[in-house]
Amino acid sequence: MELDKIEEKDLRMGIANQVVFAETLEKLAASNKNIMVVTSDSRGSGKLVPFGEKYPNQIVEVGIAEQNLVGVAAGLASAGKKPFAVSPACFITARALEQIKNDVAYSDNPAVLVGISAGVSYGALGTTHHSLHDYAVLRAINNISILAPADNFETEQAVHFAAAADKPVYIRLGKKPMPFLNDVDAKFEFGKGRRVREGKDLIFIATGETVYPALSAANELKEKHGVESTVISMHTIKPLDTELLDNLAAYGVPIITVEEHMVNGGLGEACASHLMQKRHHVPFVMVGIPDEYTVTGSQVEIFNYYGISKDGLYCLGKEMLSN
Amino acid sequence: MTDKELQLKSVYLRRNILKYIYMAKAGHTGGSLSCIDILNVLYNRVLNIDPDDAKNPNRDRYIQSKGHCVEALFTTLADRGFFPESDLETLCQHESHYIGHPTKKVNGVEQNTGALGHGLSICVGEAIAAKLDGKPHRVFTLLGDGELPEGSNWEAFLSAAHYKLDNLYAILDYNKQQITGDNAEVMNLDSVREKLESFGWAVKEVDGHNLFELEEALNNGPLVVGKPSFIIANTIKGKGVSYMERNIKWHHGVPSPEQYELAMSELQEAEDLI
Repeated sequence: MELDKIEEKDLRMGIANQVVFAETLEKLAASNKNIMVVTSDSRGSGKLVPFGEKYPNQIVEVGIAEQNLVGVAAGLASAGKKPFAVSPACFITARALEQIKNDVAYSDNPAVLVGISAGVSYGALGTTHHSLHDYAVLRAINNISILAPADNFETEQAVHFAAAADKPVYIRLGKKPMPFLNDVDAKFEFGKGRRVREGKDLIFIATGETVYPALSAANELKEKHGVESTVISMHTIKPLDTELLDNLAAYGVPIITVEEHMVNGGLGEACASHLMQKRHHVPFVMVGIPDEYTVTGSQVEIFNYYGISKDGLYCLGKEMLSN
Repeated sequence: MTDKELQLKSVYLRRNILKYIYMAKAGHTGGSLSCIDILNVLYNRVLNIDPDDAKNPNRDRYIQSKGHCVEALFTTLADRGFFPESDLETLCQHESHYIGHPTKKVNGVEQNTGALGHGLSICVGEAIAAKLDGKPHRVFTLLGDGELPEGSNWEAFLSAAHYKLDNLYAILDYNKQQITGDNAEVMNLDSVREKLESFGWAVKEVDGHNLFELEEALNNGPLVVGKPSFIIANTIKGKGVSYMERNIKWHHGVPSPEQYELAMSELQEAEDLI
């Protein structure tokens, strides 16, 4: 399966979510002069060169210095600006973690942190450039929400939400073109999972760029076995939509979580923790990157290797239903 | 406030630092005593602030990067009327807002600091915003010498000079000691003046216990137009109490009842001499 080719015939192909982010922010910045971009030599990868040309007074470059990137963003937010600090997810959430924890979250400076080329988007560039820890570390920090939009629609909505938020927000974005997902609920609501497919036999809870392969697997299960799956785009990792989890658990069918993140501390563990504490005993499997030296490859090769793919999730779904 | 009253204020604040550390049985004693003259000058002669309008967007900003010397900040803020001094009786007590580092839950505190090497970057953001908005207020930070090896400071030094932030003032509380011992042994900071000048800052060195030298350095606009200002305040750790001065054991030492009485009597003598 190739992520940049649509196999699902009824889906319309979009562009990379991080391009949508840049375009959306550019539109918002026209009428809101407080919106600012802070970059760490990352405006090119963030697709923000046009933003900088159009609004030279709304962009601050700090050079390759992520700690200062986040600290400066905190100061701008404290002064009433609406800064979006943009840097590869691997660097902003690791190198600058203490600035995120203290200067943004603890000091309650409502900056927006945008992790671009997230997960294994950088593919064969390897572990230094992968962010498989960002949900885990940010979930353990009070006063910051975590958004991982799946498609262009969710991305645009997430940027609008973040621009208006009076609390710190982290948005995680990938760089592959993504298809528009069909929308059962036809809306984006912060903190609420979005149903992109409805069914009562099996449940996929996915996030970010893994929602599409989960949906493809669900469609394959229907086509080959008549299995009807629910697929959730859990675009808000924190706060987690626990109400939705309670409702889904009541179906009494297997749940599979899917994420472009190490299984330790990610979406899957967040869901498992809630389900267990609420005594929802349903078959449950977490799909993500295991705690091991990550295999070399492109994003799609890494996805395929770890079963974050149409085929992998199809087989897993079939197996869980036959048990 | 007259010059004499300002001098008396320094003694008063030193007394309060010791009083509340003694009550809390915790605190950063030596560093609070080394920087208190700087805070006294800032809050009584330099900063354009109003305790009754603490969030006025045009106020001068003071962000204390060396957050552990919170006793200096809290006693100064209380004295300036940001909150009743009696609140400090709860310092570090269960459920008190007055914790062992600056927190915005306390009126007048700008940012939650305490992890070192954070204050300056936030100030850079504040100073850039003020420049963009054409606001005349100034941004001040107090750095400890022990926190200067934090790499984030040097990232921030570069950016402050790059953006020509002459509304930004960093004051170094240069007592030349840190928890393990002398800076010179822990991590050498020699030629700090030359280091900052080479980073594009304007630098001035003052006696950090001379209130009027401090005021002169801090209250006359940027040292050089178009450059951020770096004030090296040469100080003495534990300043004002003979047995604490330059003695690293008082980095966060808490006096015994006898030591407390001795310190108070020394401060009384100092007051009588003013």
